[in-house]
Amino acid sequence: MILCSWNLSLLAAEHGVSALSIPFLRFYVFVLAGFVGFQIITKVPALLHTPLMSATNAISGISLVGSLVAAGARFSTYSTILGFIAVTAATINVVGGFMITDRMLKMFKRYERN
Amino acid sequence: MPQLADFAAGLLAATPAAEAAATGNTGLRELFIQTAYLAASVLFILGLRGLTAPDKARHGMRLAAAGMLVAIIGTLVDYQIVTYIWIFIGLVIGSAIGAAISIWMPMTAVPQRTAISHAFGALAATLVGISHYDHIVRIKEELVTRDVMAALGFEVMFGALTITGSLMAFGKLQELLPSEPITYPYQNQTNVALFIAAVLMFGYLVIVPSDWGTHGTVFYLMVLVGLAVGVLIVIPIGGADMPVVISLLNSYAGLAASATGFALGNNVLIIAGALDGASGFILSILMSKAMNRSFANVLFGAFGTPVESEGGAGGTTGAAVRSVSVEDAAAQLAYANEVVVVPGYGMAVAQAQHQVEELAELIEKRGGEVKFAIHPVAGRMPGHMNVLLAEANVPYDKLLEMDEINDQFPRADVALVIGANDVVNPAARNDPSSPIHGMPILNADQAKSIIVLKRSMRPGFAGIENALFYDPKCALLFGDAKSSLTKLVAEIKTL
Repeated sequence: MILCSWNLSLLAAEHGVSALSIPFLRFYVFVLAGFVGFQIITKVPALLHTPLMSATNAISGISLVGSLVAAGARFSTYSTILGFIAVTAATINVVGGFMITDRMLKMFKRYERN
Repeated sequence: MPQLADFAAGLLAATPAAEAAATGNTGLRELFIQTAYLAASVLFILGLRGLTAPDKARHGMRLAAAGMLVAIIGTLVDYQIVTYIWIFIGLVIGSAIGAAISIWMPMTAVPQRTAISHAFGALAATLVGISHYDHIVRIKEELVTRDVMAALGFEVMFGALTITGSLMAFGKLQELLPSEPITYPYQNQTNVALFIAAVLMFGYLVIVPSDWGTHGTVFYLMVLVGLAVGVLIVIPIGGADMPVVISLLNSYAGLAASATGFALGNNVLIIAGALDGASGFILSILMSKAMNRSFANVLFGAFGTPVESEGGAGGTTGAAVRSVSVEDAAAQLAYANEVVVVPGYGMAVAQAQHQVEELAELIEKRGGEVKFAIHPVAGRMPGHMNVLLAEANVPYDKLLEMDEINDQFPRADVALVIGANDVVNPAARNDPSSPIHGMPILNADQAKSIIVLKRSMRPGFAGIENALFYDPKCALLFGDAKSSLTKLVAEIKTL
């Protein structure tokens, strides 16, 4: 991932883009993703607000991606320990979050007249 | 001959070309990682879109889970990862704990689980931030650039306060801590002072890049202050305000993940965090609207004093409430054509959702119609009542939101209020002196008759007398909701 920022800075240097445009590019991504999120989530019915919260919680377990590098990169023993705890915590969220969301959603059934 | 020299030079130049091929390989790897992240981002968005309809939701979540898998696989080929042992152990332990919680946890514990999972998410983001900072400043002994420091600062600040804030919320919901607001003198001042201290330290870290000694001390001090702020902003918040707090913490956990993405230059983290941040933000706005509190009041309301416990009790103290026997209540329900059930936190506490469903089914079998009126802030988190009733096999098209059901109350023969209080208090509509005046409520008072299942005459969270209980149409059935419902079911069966 640091590789990714390195690539970007290299790219920026090659094309004479100012260093400021890289963080700004990330703001674009953040703001646009926020808008997409806003558009979608305002359409989620109140009925599903609890599964929504556990789903977004599972998705924010994406911190796992950062944790994996910290745990596997051998920066230092300290980093490895922090990374290991982070991997464990994020995995609890990802696995637990998706499983419990599915367990909840499975319960929502439509009315069937017999 | 010179051509030959050129040719030889060309041959020699082929060695750097081989190097270029090697970087091309890294480039290929990078291409794979970035493609995986892009795919994951798209799958997350599609997955959340599935939640807009109950019948598409499970499929959507499978897409989102696939996205997560893709993102993880993509990351595992990152060239920086040199050892997989700790990753593997962490993944195994985390999966085991996560799976165990989600399989064996009772549905009534959903608010607690949600609160603690915000703590886990924030913990991961914070630790990644600390490790990242440590690597740059202490190990590589470099000055951290301002944009990275700003991102790291947000990451560990949002992360730290979300960890402790969520743990406090968990403690309150699990009843390890008193759910009443905890207040002490100079509470506002302490919180504001700590907040300012955190902002100053943040500013210093960004503006004055220096070496490990001072910079590191300030950094860790800022993390500690963040942890303290998390504790202090949640302790003065009462149980009934939990839906707002949980939503806010959900948003903060997302923002911490997004900040991690800014620090690492990783778009999938930025996007997933932004989606989570937006979701929590919207939910907290919806919840605060449902309590008639401004968003600023919600954000900073925790700093304020809890709602005055002395409500406008004056007008109602003279009147007496009417209690009803199980037999009479059962008869009323058994012969009703339309019944609207209003569940509240009391139903969750008594774990009475299955008995509610049994009662509803019994009434329907006798020809009546039963609907459920769900107030947005009924319970301890957004959608709490819906999940409990769905667990008890109540079909979701019978669970109606406030706006859908409110016009139907006048037609209802009986409004059956189970463990709900403030959300049916007509004072919110009629009494400008009431602390909850202006809060949108369920119009249970417009039903032809009202039965309230209630443990005792203890008032709701704000300590406000409920004018509904003194309504001549209203009768109270005292006792634990679960046993009252069981008795009602048994009684109706004999009719």
